[in-house]
Amino acid sequence: MDRKVFFKGRALPALFLLPQLAVTLVFFIWPAAQAVWQSLLQQDAFGLATEFVGLENFAEVVADPAWRGAAANTAVFASSVAFLALAVALFLAVQADKSIRGAHIYRTLLIWPYAVAPAIAAVLWLFLFHPSIGLIGRALNAAGVAWNYQLNGNQAMLLVVVASAWKQVSYNFIFFLAGLQSIPKSVLEAAAIDGARPLRRFWTVVFPLLSPTTFFLLVVNLVYAFFDTFGVIHALTKGGPGKATETLIYKVYVDGVDNLNLGSSAAQSVILMVLVIALTAVQFRFVERRVHY
Amino acid sequence: MSTLSLSGITKSFGATTVLHGIDLAVADGEMIVIVGASGCGKSTLLRIVAGLETPTTGQVAIAGREVTQLEPADRDIAMVFQNYALYPHMTVAQNMAYGLRIRGTPKPEIARRVHETATLLGIQPLLERKPRQLSGGQRQRVAMGRAIIREPRLFLFDEPLSNLDAKLRVQMRGEIRRLQQRLGVTSLYVTHDQVEAMTLGDRLVVMHQGRAAQVASPMEVWSRPADTYVAGFIGSPAMNFLAGTLAEDGAAVQLRAGPLLRFTDGPRPGGNGRPLTIGLRPEHVLRAGAAPVAVLLDLVEPLGSETVLHGRLASGEVLTARLPGMVPAAGTQLELHLPAEALHVFDAETGRRLDA
Repeated sequence: MDRKVFFKGRALPALFLLPQLAVTLVFFIWPAAQAVWQSLLQQDAFGLATEFVGLENFAEVVADPAWRGAAANTAVFASSVAFLALAVALFLAVQADKSIRGAHIYRTLLIWPYAVAPAIAAVLWLFLFHPSIGLIGRALNAAGVAWNYQLNGNQAMLLVVVASAWKQVSYNFIFFLAGLQSIPKSVLEAAAIDGARPLRRFWTVVFPLLSPTTFFLLVVNLVYAFFDTFGVIHALTKGGPGKATETLIYKVYVDGVDNLNLGSSAAQSVILMVLVIALTAVQFRFVERRVHY
Repeated sequence: MSTLSLSGITKSFGATTVLHGIDLAVADGEMIVIVGASGCGKSTLLRIVAGLETPTTGQVAIAGREVTQLEPADRDIAMVFQNYALYPHMTVAQNMAYGLRIRGTPKPEIARRVHETATLLGIQPLLERKPRQLSGGQRQRVAMGRAIIREPRLFLFDEPLSNLDAKLRVQMRGEIRRLQQRLGVTSLYVTHDQVEAMTLGDRLVVMHQGRAAQVASPMEVWSRPADTYVAGFIGSPAMNFLAGTLAEDGAAVQLRAGPLLRFTDGPRPGGNGRPLTIGLRPEHVLRAGAAPVAVLLDLVEPLGSETVLHGRLASGEVLTARLPGMVPAAGTQLELHLPAEALHVFDAETGRRLDA
C-alpha cells in the first residue's frame, strides 16, 4: 500500500517549507553569495575604496606560500583527526558490541563528548596539557619530557589533533556500533565455523561489511576537521606557535578578522566551500552504491 | 566407533534449564534429524555440537576426540544456517573458498574444489555473483556448497529449508538427502517440520521440553511412539487420543466414548480401572467394523483422494478421521469404527507407552 500523503493545493506545502527555506536563505545562501561576491573584490584597509578585480584574489591566495603552508597543515591535521577518530571509535564500538557487563553505561558515557562545545572541549584539554597549569603537562615536564605546545609546533599539532579527534569519537562510535549491530550474528558464526579466529574474522568479514559506514564517516570526519575545528584551534593554540597549527579555516579567520583582508579571506572561504561541496557530492555518489546488503 | 557422541548434555541459561541431559551416539555416515516444536532446545543442542554454545555439563566427542572445550574452528564441522549466513561482500566462489583459504589450502587446489563443488550443486554459472543477486534456492545451494567443500567430519543443518517456499522445499529436501547419501558424511539436521524429519532421517530424535522423548527410526517413531507427545507430534493429521480404563484383567480397554476394545497383541499390566490414554491415527479409523462410535461432524476437509473429518463423540471427545472417497456434509451424524489392532496404549498419568 502506498502510504504517501498528498496535499491538494500548493499554498499549504509552501507554508510548511517556508521556515526551513528562510533559515537556509538567511544563514547559508545569502552569506555564501556574499562571500563569492566579496572574493571578487579588493578593498582598502579602511573600507573606503572597493575595486572589482575578478579572479585576482584567487590567484594571489593560491600563489601565497603562507596559504600553501596552511593547506599542508590542513592535510596533516584533517587526515590525522579522521584516522584517529575513526580508529578509536571503531575499537571502542567493537568492545561495546561484545556483551559486557555495564555495556549500557559504557555506551552512554562514550556519547557525552559529542555534546561538549568545541571551545569547552579545548579548555578541558588545556587544563590537562598546559605546560604550567595542566595536570598532564606538568607531570610530563616533571618526568623530564620537554612538553610545551606553546613553543613546539609538532606538540601543538599533536594536541589539537587529539582534542579534535576526541570530540568526534562519540559521533563515529554511534555509527560504528549501529553498523556492527546490523551485521547478522549468523554470518560471524559461519566464519567461526569456517575456521576464522576473532582477529581474522574482524578483518575479513566485519571490516568489509562496515565499509559503507566507514566511508560515510570518513567524509563526515574530513568535513569536520576542515570546518568545525576552528573553536578547538582558536582556544588552544590560535594557529601557533608560528603558523604550526594554522589550518585553512583558521587562516580565513585570521586574514578576514585580524588582518582585515576581506577579499583574500573571502576567496579562501570560497575555495573551502568548493571543497566541501565536492566531498559531499562524492559521498552521495558512492555511499549508496557500496552498501552490500 | 561413532562419529559423534553426546553424553549427559545439559544447558541452563540463568535459572532456565533448556536441556536436561541428552545422550546420543551417531554412527558414521548416519543422518540424524532432531525434531521438535519451537523452544524444545533442538537448536541449542545443535549449537552446542557446533561449539557456538558451551554445555553446562556433559561432553561432546567428534570422531572419538573430546571437543567440548574446543572452538568451532577446531572441530572440523560445517554448518548450514537457517538464513544461509553467506558473506554478503564476497562472491559465491569466495564464499565457498573462505574456509579453505583460512586453512591455507594452495590456490590451485581451492580453484579445483570450488569448480568441483559448484558442478556437483549446479551453481557453476553463479560463481561470480554476490549473494544478494541470488534467489532463495540458489543461496541455499551456495550455503550447502560452502559446507561440503571443506569435506568436514560432520554436517550440521539448522532448519535450512524453512525460508523456502513449499515447492522448493520439497525439491531441496530430496537434493540434501541424495547429496548426504552420496558424500556419506555424518549429519545432524534440526527441523520443526515432521515431514522433513520423516523423509530425511535415518533416525529421529524427537525433543520435548529439553529432553529426548524418543530416539528411533522414522517408521519406529511413527508405528511405536514412546509417549503421547511423540504420538501427537509425528503424523498428520495428529493422532486421536481417547480416555479409557483397563478392563477384563488387562485384556481390554473400556473407552469413555462407549466401545470396549480387546487388545490384539496381548494384555497390559495393571488392575481393572487403571486409567489409560488410547491413541488412534486418523487414517486407521474405519467406516465398517466391530466397535462403532457415533460422530457428529463439525468440519469436513476434502483433499481429493481422501477426506479429513473432524467431529465430536458422545463423550465430548474430539475424533479426526481420514477416509478415502467420501464427502459428507458438516453437521451430519456418522457411524465410524475404531479398529482394535491399530490402537496405541499409553498410561494416562505419565503418558508413556504401555506394551503388551
